[in-house]
Amino acid sequence: MKAYKNKILVQNLITYGLVIICYIVIQALMAGGHINSLLKGILVPLCIYVILAVSLNLTVGILGELSLGHAGFMCVGAFSGAFFNHAMSETIASDQLRFVIALFIGAAVAALFGILIGIPVLRLKGDYLAIVTLAFGEIIKNVINVLYVGIDGNGFHISVKDVASLGLEADGEVIIKGAQGITGTPKTATFTIGIILVLITLFIVLNMINSRTGRAIMAIRDNRIAAESVGINITKYKLMAFSVSAALAGVAGVLYAHNLATLAATPKNFGYNMSITILVFVVLGGIGNIRGSIIAAVVLTLLPEMLRGLNDYRMLIYAIVLIVMMLMTSSPKAIEYRERILASFRKKETKREA
Amino acid sequence: MKKRLLSLGLAAVMAMSMTACGSSGSTSDSAEETGAASQGEESADGATFKIGGIGPVTGANAAYGQAVANGMELAIKEINEAGGVNGYQIEYNFQDDESDPEKAVNAYNTLKDWGMQLLLGTVTSKPCIAVGAESEVDNLFQLTPSGSAVACIAGSNAFRVCFSDPDQGRASAQYIGEHKLATKIGIIYDSSSEYSDGIRESFAAEAGNQGLEVVASEAFTADTNTDFSVQLDKCKEAGAELVFLPIYYQEASVILKQASDKDFKPLFFGCDGMDGILSVENFDTSLAEGLMLLTPFSVDEEGSQDFVAAYEAAYGVEPLQFAAGAYDGIYAMKAALEKAEATPDMSVSDLCDAMKVAMTEITIDGLTGEGMTWNEAGEPNKEPKAVKIVDGAYVMQ
Amino acid sequence: MSFLSYLINGISLGSVYAIIALGYTMVYGIAKMLNFAHGDIIMVGGFAVFTIVSTMGGSSAVGILVAVVICTVLGVTIEKVAYRPLRGASPLAVLITAIGVSYLLQNIALLVFGSNARQFTSVVNVPALKLAGGELSISGVTIVTILSCIVIMIALTAFINKTRIGQAMLAVSEDRGAATLMGINVNGTIAVTFAIGSALAAVAGVLLCSAYPSLTPYTGSMPGIKAFVAAVFGGIGSIPGAMIGGILLGIIENLAKAYISSQLSDAIVFSVLIIVLLVRPTGILGKKMNEKV
Repeated sequence: MKAYKNKILVQNLITYGLVIICYIVIQALMAGGHINSLLKGILVPLCIYVILAVSLNLTVGILGELSLGHAGFMCVGAFSGAFFNHAMSETIASDQLRFVIALFIGAAVAALFGILIGIPVLRLKGDYLAIVTLAFGEIIKNVINVLYVGIDGNGFHISVKDVASLGLEADGEVIIKGAQGITGTPKTATFTIGIILVLITLFIVLNMINSRTGRAIMAIRDNRIAAESVGINITKYKLMAFSVSAALAGVAGVLYAHNLATLAATPKNFGYNMSITILVFVVLGGIGNIRGSIIAAVVLTLLPEMLRGLNDYRMLIYAIVLIVMMLMTSSPKAIEYRERILASFRKKETKREA
Repeated sequence: MKKRLLSLGLAAVMAMSMTACGSSGSTSDSAEETGAASQGEESADGATFKIGGIGPVTGANAAYGQAVANGMELAIKEINEAGGVNGYQIEYNFQDDESDPEKAVNAYNTLKDWGMQLLLGTVTSKPCIAVGAESEVDNLFQLTPSGSAVACIAGSNAFRVCFSDPDQGRASAQYIGEHKLATKIGIIYDSSSEYSDGIRESFAAEAGNQGLEVVASEAFTADTNTDFSVQLDKCKEAGAELVFLPIYYQEASVILKQASDKDFKPLFFGCDGMDGILSVENFDTSLAEGLMLLTPFSVDEEGSQDFVAAYEAAYGVEPLQFAAGAYDGIYAMKAALEKAEATPDMSVSDLCDAMKVAMTEITIDGLTGEGMTWNEAGEPNKEPKAVKIVDGAYVMQ
Repeated sequence: MSFLSYLINGISLGSVYAIIALGYTMVYGIAKMLNFAHGDIIMVGGFAVFTIVSTMGGSSAVGILVAVVICTVLGVTIEKVAYRPLRGASPLAVLITAIGVSYLLQNIALLVFGSNARQFTSVVNVPALKLAGGELSISGVTIVTILSCIVIMIALTAFINKTRIGQAMLAVSEDRGAATLMGINVNGTIAVTFAIGSALAAVAGVLLCSAYPSLTPYTGSMPGIKAFVAAVFGGIGSIPGAMIGGILLGIIENLAKAYISSQLSDAIVFSVLIIVLLVRPTGILGKKMNEKV
């Protein structure tokens, strides 16, 4: 048992180490002026995608439920965080402080949505659960797109029609402007903050996995009925995993909102396509493998940017890579073939040793 | 564990090989795209102005980005052949943003690595706002050919060629009111587009002043832009005599088709996004008969004939107003560069400061307006033109 | 009168969803996988007809026939190349592959046809039906769509219940292992299912583009998702369920657009789905499976 614990500790330290080393290397290169603007600009998005992938892996890999609505939680987090930032812009002067509080608010609101959505959704199973999470993601995006929120001396005004119906006073300010979203959020997200958030995410997820809670969750994944029979509270643990995953996605959303001057819920950034993109990171990195998620998120985010020159063929290549990867890693025949080759290697080695 | 490591390894190898072939591809490709014309006088030290462009060349809005890229290329080639600006040639590089703010910022950074000094872009509004925030920090001169949302040119370094959304909405209402086209107005708009919603808002505000009554205001979104039967039924029921369509031509072509299927024949009125409707592939142009639009540019007016001919010869299609905007944008940059007597060895920030002043001092007779001038806020001053479709062609009113 | 008009348009939209959902539900029932690329096969069908009829000037009948053949071949090929090697792999791996195939089809279409929307010439040349003294006008496409849907439904039910292949399909969907033991060619049966599903997708593509005449490489994806919702709504795996789910979804969507909010119609459609699934977790006509310990 102790050896097992040590092994986990080593594995986790490798994961943390990997992130920290990357950070140090990039900082060093940046200080030396060896990093181009493209890479500099993409550092924060990389952190965002890593957080999303790791948090989704908690739902998909550890809880074992397929969620296609992860981008919805990111959306909730992004909007609540950015909304807070704008609403408090006069009360709290420091941009940095507002950002930090916004991170907590984004996480809290996303967690709340995680619980609200989780209670009904987690009663379902398999593909039904997948489609309902997809539906929730789309509903969140759709509702935010018709939401108008303004603020003036009398407090908040909310409408689902248009700006005029808010009835703001002359000094009022429109914060969320329907489909046009929130514009002008200060760009306070930095790579350092991003990396700190990645480390916190890893800390939360890895500790959760290797705790009593994590083992309970995995027991539910592996055999729900057996888990129930030994007295594990299924609903509680499922909800816990789901809402933590949602909260972390919310954090990623706040980071997203504070990295771009414009925030709107479009099909591209918060639609099901985004959820699927995150899912692809998780699957290609290895379901349940946290370190894999990190690497896959980084590689697959960089890939399309590296392929910029091949504009027209970029997404085509991405699609082909996806299919080929799945065929190579998951097809029973390919696995068998691989095992055979590995086995023959092993045989040779043992022979040589002998 | 071994399996996972192996699959990860495979992923890494795959990605490496991809990136490897990607980067080699990109160098050859950019060499092609960033063709600084070698003919014409080379400046003494071989320095060039580097103008970057950003817009969607893939994805749903690719038609607009492609048009801007073409218009920009055409103008730069002409300028280079005529001897360049202040004796210097222009180099250009156009990057894809898929109409996505995040990708647009990446494209902007890619261009900065390339050495961009001036930016023409971005094409669509949301990416433009995102890139504008970046370029303001860098103090890099930005001129958007078509980013019409108010916030697109929030920075003092940003200017635009097109009308702003509120201007278009107001102008449309005034035109309809002054020419007494109708009094009962229905609006069908895309609530998920800043462009469309921005125009609708100012149109609705101005309509009252012009004695117009908005009887129906029906929205659709990017997710539901294929079926407009309900919106049309509502306009019909409300007795709209004129249906205002502040949307892009692709959706408009479907609306016209569905309206004709329904036997609903009001007057349709659009804005600059409507330009291009006649070039929708396989569109029955008789459906657009009588359609009116306010646009800064039309392929049939006299002043644009040379441009249209050159464009068609080079790209085989009729130019959209986006192409004309980009073409004008490049010539505006040229005029401002000449006014400021700028040289390529100036720093990006110095160049921007010089351009900011020069832009407000130039006057341009362009494709999208005669005697165009700019104010300090970056808004252009030009007259919209009303165009009516008669016998399958745009006719100036 | 306008209510009737909304309702009929809703049924028409729902009929298209139903035809697409039939493909989803058959494939799910038999191969136990979500064929995410199904929506994009619709798009391929649309482009096939467009190329034959509008670009090459062929007749509508030839166009539809060619589209059906192309889609059938495409469906079977995709199954063989991308899905068959993954039989027995985790459902997630199959789902991701299907997503990959969906992206692949979209991007190939983007390369070949470009992203400019095309106006689809309706291949349905039936005059509009005018009722109540011209107050209510039902377009030809609407009538044809609803009729096709009914015909397909009847034909498919007969096929499954009366033919050997149909019976084999039922057997495979019931218990794949037992079906193999009974000498049924499982791979062949699954291939036939994909062929039928894809042929239906081609028909759906023609009807979809005739009613909503804008054709882009992304035309199939949203109707695909909605049809998937419809299939789940009706009980995935059940053929009459897909039919009922599709038509109900179309009606709900159109009425929501007309009477609640045209912007929130998608949210309303998805909310209805969620409510149905919470009350009946297996959909309207889905079979309840007992969990084995």
